[in-house]
Amino acid sequence: MIHRRRLLQGAGALLLAGLLKPLAAFAAWNKAAFSSKTSADAMKSLGTPSAEASGGIVIEAPQIAENGAVVPIEVMSKIPGTTSLAVLVEKNPYPLVAKFDFSEGALPFVKINAKMGETSDVRVIATAGGKHYQATKEIKVTIGGCGG
Amino acid sequence: MAGPMKMRATLGSGYTDLRVLMTHPMATEQQTKGQPHFIQNLTVKVNGKTVIEGEISQAVSRNPVFSFRLKGGAKGDKIEVSWLDNKGDTNRTETAVA
Repeated sequence: MIHRRRLLQGAGALLLAGLLKPLAAFAAWNKAAFSSKTSADAMKSLGTPSAEASGGIVIEAPQIAENGAVVPIEVMSKIPGTTSLAVLVEKNPYPLVAKFDFSEGALPFVKINAKMGETSDVRVIATAGGKHYQATKEIKVTIGGCGG
Repeated sequence: MAGPMKMRATLGSGYTDLRVLMTHPMATEQQTKGQPHFIQNLTVKVNGKTVIEGEISQAVSRNPVFSFRLKGGAKGDKIEVSWLDNKGDTNRTETAVA
């Protein structure tokens, strides 16, 4: 019986490995950070519990977004050696919207369209050389975009 | 299931401008009564080398459009973008820098 159980366990592990294989090309999705309900918790889960305010982070976004379902947010870091940018919408049910890791060959720049439930600060966290920096910008939303 | 993707890569001044569109409902919890369906991971590769890895949430708009900037670049560089959603659907597209 023991042999059979081992065999089954082995077969199960192989099957699982086979199933997971196509996913291996992607980094793990930070479930803890994305299911955080406050930006402070999300920042903790991202490994950036505190961040220094910086003028080196540029957030280009409309002051007033008429349609909260599609709010264009352009983010750029002028801080040398920036390897990561995270975008959080403070008042969304789950504040963390996106996080990008940049390797050699990519500039720390990204433009995304985000949903915003209501008028909120948008917070951007940049990581450079093991240090964390942040900047915020308020975007006013006239029609929310989360309920659809 | 995965809808079409569109991508354009053009040489800018000192960088390559990359724009990519993904066809995806990006359905939130609120819209689906607790059954969200959204892209979680995306990867940008240049000539086979990963340069950008992204993790995104259900708060990214439907049919997401992303812009990125790649350092330098030359005509003919091969750009590949792929994504994976929370239900295991995946898609990829390739283009050459124009």
